[in-house]
Amino acid sequence: MSTQHNDSTFDPDEPHLTRFDLVREGARRDGVEIVHYEPRFAKAGTAAEKRVERTIAFWFMITGLAALAFVVVYVAWPWEYEFGGHLDKWYTPMLGATLGLALFGLGAAQIIWAKRLLPAEVSVQERHDDVDTVEQKLTGATLVNMGQELNVSRRPLLKGAIALGALPLGAAAVVPLGGMIVDPHGHGDPLFHTGFDAKQFNEGKPVRLVREDGTPIRPEDVSVGGQITAFPGVPHGTTNVHADSPTLLIHLRDNDAKLTRENLGRVEVNKGGMWQNFVAYSKICTHLGCPASLYEQQTNRLLCPCHQSQFLITDNAKPIFGPATRRLPMLPIGVDDEGFFYATSDYKVPVGAAFWERP
Amino acid sequence: MKKKRFDLATLPERSAKGIDERFHASTPLRRMFNKVFPDHWSFMLGEIALYSFIVLLLTGTFLGLFFDPSMEEVKYDGVYTPLKGIEMSKAYESTLDISFEVRGGLIMRQMHHWAALLFMASIVVHMLRVFFTGAFRKPREANWMIGFLLFWLGFMEGLFGYSIPDDGLSGTGLRVINAITQSIPVIGSWAGFALFGGEFPGTVIIPRFYILHVLIFPAIILGLIAAHMGLLVKQKHTQWPGPGRTNKNVVGVRMFPGFAMKGGGFFMITFAVIAAMGGLFQINPIWLFGPYQASVISSASQPDWYVMFLDGIARLWPAWETRFELFGNGYTIPPIFWAAVVLPGVIVNIGLLYPFLEARFTKDKEQHHLLQRPRDTPVRTGLGMMALAFYLVLFASGGNDVIAQHFDISLNAMTWIGRIALLLAPPAAFWISYRIALGLQQHDREVLAHGVETGIIKRAPDGRFYEVHQPLGPVDDHGHGQLEYEGWVVPKKMNRIGALGPAIRGFFSPLEVEDKEARKGKAKELAGKK
Repeated sequence: MSTQHNDSTFDPDEPHLTRFDLVREGARRDGVEIVHYEPRFAKAGTAAEKRVERTIAFWFMITGLAALAFVVVYVAWPWEYEFGGHLDKWYTPMLGATLGLALFGLGAAQIIWAKRLLPAEVSVQERHDDVDTVEQKLTGATLVNMGQELNVSRRPLLKGAIALGALPLGAAAVVPLGGMIVDPHGHGDPLFHTGFDAKQFNEGKPVRLVREDGTPIRPEDVSVGGQITAFPGVPHGTTNVHADSPTLLIHLRDNDAKLTRENLGRVEVNKGGMWQNFVAYSKICTHLGCPASLYEQQTNRLLCPCHQSQFLITDNAKPIFGPATRRLPMLPIGVDDEGFFYATSDYKVPVGAAFWERP
Repeated sequence: MKKKRFDLATLPERSAKGIDERFHASTPLRRMFNKVFPDHWSFMLGEIALYSFIVLLLTGTFLGLFFDPSMEEVKYDGVYTPLKGIEMSKAYESTLDISFEVRGGLIMRQMHHWAALLFMASIVVHMLRVFFTGAFRKPREANWMIGFLLFWLGFMEGLFGYSIPDDGLSGTGLRVINAITQSIPVIGSWAGFALFGGEFPGTVIIPRFYILHVLIFPAIILGLIAAHMGLLVKQKHTQWPGPGRTNKNVVGVRMFPGFAMKGGGFFMITFAVIAAMGGLFQINPIWLFGPYQASVISSASQPDWYVMFLDGIARLWPAWETRFELFGNGYTIPPIFWAAVVLPGVIVNIGLLYPFLEARFTKDKEQHHLLQRPRDTPVRTGLGMMALAFYLVLFASGGNDVIAQHFDISLNAMTWIGRIALLLAPPAAFWISYRIALGLQQHDREVLAHGVETGIIKRAPDGRFYEVHQPLGPVDDHGHGQLEYEGWVVPKKMNRIGALGPAIRGFFSPLEVEDKEARKGKAKELAGKK
């Protein structure tokens, strides 16, 4: 750095120089001028200075005590979790309070020391923004020379050879990421099918609607105006393996059901999807895939609590407010000979959030 | 043989000599000791981010000893009885174990989470300071860009972090990430399937996020922090204008011992706050959320605060979907693509390039080391407040269901308030802050020209009342001050110019009457007088 201006006449061993003279000279060589330097207390050892020292010592003691308390709490406090227990619930707060206090004491001690005991100081350091044009030119020349030494432009054969060699190697570096690629329309076309797809998951037998514990559902299990979350009755049907499959089975009141039945004809794929006063819609919001699970019985609206899309159940689960653009897909249902709900087919349109190739 | 005597007194000198002979360290070391740092409270905001990152590394390492990022399904058999026998992933189970069965595990988890929130918050506030004071101007554009990227890396890092416990809340977040990824035109579903290793949720997303969270992103963040600090040292800190401070110097204290000691103390205080919060304030009680199930959600599902603006835009963006047919196939561009992919992309690019855009419009090619007061750059201040207003509307909308519930406002009304405010608040913020900046500028000039109001009212012989003004310097024939505005605080109160004397210092007892001898002497004097 150009900040150094070594004064060759400066002799650090000269007897009349104090240590601070050396400090000042060192700083000067680093481009720093100490322009103001004054002890905080004009007279050493005054009561005021002692008081500051005592304050700092106090905070160090606090640190020691609190740290000790932290160790004792960590080791000796009953920490093992007990449901409804008492002392163990204080374990984490005690650790936080003691550790916080210990660290705070150390911080306070240092800051008070720096602000109240260290000499008041103003130093000025020069900036050196001027670009050294000579240096710049020398570096530039070195760079240009590097290119000249290689001299690719005069050697077209090497130019081509580099391209032919480097491009495939570049490709070879990227291609292994291809291990991540999974065809979204591969096995079973999962974007278009759910766990209610009988052919894929139930050997062609109709898939029943089941509760979370896997038991099938009868019409009389759902009270009028009530609803229940149903899953496909296939292996792992209630788990996240079939994250697209959760379905809301709703038992509508008579007049709501009548209205729903009238509206059903307006959406081609929903025709014939109701069973008596029961409808089943996908629980997966068509906005971003949250479970749309807040059902308002009075208005027959279904609200997704994540982004507040609202769907009108009596009109083919049409989005009536919020960011969702598509109806919740309907699961066509029926009741089998044993009196349990089953899906007469899989969902007829893709479930959940939209994507590019969704028609 | 005579044994050489060990001389303790000369040890430092000898070892210093030994070190210098090998590393030639004395000059660079002294230069570092002597480096001057300017002092102002606003310069410590970035420090908080640095210190919380260190706490994140420490607590994160502890958590890494116990966390198992596996999505293998297990039956819970731990001490937390309400979840006994429930199927969950190993990731969730091991997070429960950290919370309940690892001694001190819960405080580490909570400190880690609080430190992450503090890290992001201090980055934002630091960034605002740098923006509004013009500290990003040449030659510091690169450091602005690095800092800006650090915010987004921290954003992703936090997102990965709170996703990997695989609880009910974070799983829903993953589902939203999946939907956003799938919304990208042409490659969306391929990108989503590549990320999740198949259909959502699959079994690889937690291990993948885990490796990103504990290795790749921390490494990039660490590297960028190193570059950020390196550039800071190389370019030296900016400073406020003021007596003796010019564009060509740095006025402050030397790094050692003064600055370093304050910094060290401040680190400990930051650490203390995080430790106390980690112990005393519950955060992310995943045992209440249960394991992730695709069919379960509760209301008031919010991400961490720094992600909330994205949740806000997802709520506010209208249902504008593009559908079209091509060669007999139907295609869709979902609205969330514009809200959560395009919009953040635009924000990132404008933010990154802002120093260059401003330099271009103001035709400013100079080197700047002196900071500007926000009032002196009304347009920039207005733009900043505009961006902030935009951000805050989105942020508040990220929790609009909670606001609706607590203030008894219709949820639908909240959505519409957010939509309208998103369009109206930013220009309003620009106009208001622009006018305030001009007003403050004018007031500075007025005080320079006419002096400080003294509060003394005089009545002229003809009956007029007027207030006496104290000029700040020499005045011309009209009584107008001759001082120029220097880009720094203009004193506007009499005690600022020494007229009333400074307030007595000391919290419980005054510090000025300090010398006991002097006090005794004074007491004697007083006694003598009696």
